[in-house]
Amino acid sequence: MGAGHGHRLHYHGHSALHRMPAECKLIALLIFVLAVVATPRTQYWAYGLDALALSVAVACSRVPVSYLAKRMVVETPFVVFAVLLPFIAVGERTQFLGVTVSADGLEAGLSLLAKATLGVAAGLLLAATTEPRDLLAGLEGKLPQQLVQIMAMMIRYLDVTSDQLRRMRIARESRGFVATQPRHWPVLGHAAGALFVRSYERGERVHLAMLSRGYSGSLPGLTPARASTRDWSVAMLLPAAAAASALAAWWAQ
Amino acid sequence: MHVPDGFINAPTSVATGVVAAGALAVALRKAGDELDEKTAPMAGLVAAFIFATQMLNFPVGAGTSGHLLGGALAAVLVGPWTAILCMSTVLLVQSLLFADGGLTALGTNVTLMGIVTVAVGWGIVKIVTVVGPNSPKTVVAGAGLGALISVPAAAFAFVGLFEFGGTADIRLSTLMAAMVGWHVLIGVGEAVITALTVSSVLAVRPDLVYAARHLLSTRPLEIRTHTKPATS
Repeated sequence: MGAGHGHRLHYHGHSALHRMPAECKLIALLIFVLAVVATPRTQYWAYGLDALALSVAVACSRVPVSYLAKRMVVETPFVVFAVLLPFIAVGERTQFLGVTVSADGLEAGLSLLAKATLGVAAGLLLAATTEPRDLLAGLEGKLPQQLVQIMAMMIRYLDVTSDQLRRMRIARESRGFVATQPRHWPVLGHAAGALFVRSYERGERVHLAMLSRGYSGSLPGLTPARASTRDWSVAMLLPAAAAASALAAWWAQ
Repeated sequence: MHVPDGFINAPTSVATGVVAAGALAVALRKAGDELDEKTAPMAGLVAAFIFATQMLNFPVGAGTSGHLLGGALAAVLVGPWTAILCMSTVLLVQSLLFADGGLTALGTNVTLMGIVTVAVGWGIVKIVTVVGPNSPKTVVAGAGLGALISVPAAAFAFVGLFEFGGTADIRLSTLMAAMVGWHVLIGVGEAVITALTVSSVLAVRPDLVYAARHLLSTRPLEIRTHTKPATS
């Protein structure tokens, strides 16, 4: 919970998945997770099929499994919740590994664990194989243009702002100050305040610089890679597999 | 904490997605009034600031630490509509580039952390500044109170969504007590950090605090001179 979200996920490579236009990957991911979420929860074999399809995609991407596995930690709070579910849910009791738990909670916990893990793994695969710039180009036309612009500016200055925060911490520490308890919060509050002033002023400078280069409200040239029919058909293999397994699971139920 | 895929069922996820998209559409239009054509660079930089501030760890003791969520802070600093845009952008980037928060849960995350926290935080700041005396301290107190209540309010909204479209049968009172109780604690931290940050910005650049703009127009320029010349 105290962990930051600032690690970069992109894994440099030239696999088919890396080269695929970002819009194909985005839509594929969206359909894949929707299919996983819509899978009825007691059909565990369906999650197995989804996982199998996803691992084929991971293999194609040539991103090392250990690289993705390490980054699965973002899921931790929800794993805790899923583990607690059988104990806090109400309803019929059942025996599981020698403990009496709620049958409904157990089912819900297991399927939550499966769905969340598949979702995080698929999201990681997208992040690992897609450059932020390509992602923005892929979002162009699918989200309001202004939102894409805001995202573009944010991503562009993300590292600048994070680094500024890091420099402020180094400056504090080089003066012998390390925050260890709530008594030290005012110092950190000043740091956050200073960071806001600096970010805002940087925004003003950037805006003026953009104006002086002829900015009139729209950003030119994100030039999205054109997705061919072939790109789409390859990209849809993974979501098609997930959708098929979800349909089969509904039919089997 | 971002809701992952599979936590909320598909129909409810779609419904929160529609709510989030609607609110974003309104925010995009209204943010223009707060920032005019500066929207993209300013909102982008503020979103980067929120993202970075979420990485600033506030030690609680015994090796644990917490971090800011930032909804109420953003509302106080840049106004509610821009804040909704910034928070949503942060959540979108976290979901797509950092796999933090599921893609199907994006609507839920935006609704809870981007809209509920900003709306509740801003509403309370507005009430406090209207009712309270005209001074920067009122804005700081309002920001703290807004942050304090915005976090359990988001937890409360989550419990509502979970009751409606959750994937497990948990007794409502159990979930409510656990979620809201825990988030009141988080809210206390959020309140202190938000108030400290707002007061720090108010001291340096009061013109940048959106919720304090009404103070600037009524505050005459005051030229302070040294009464006692420095001894040399």
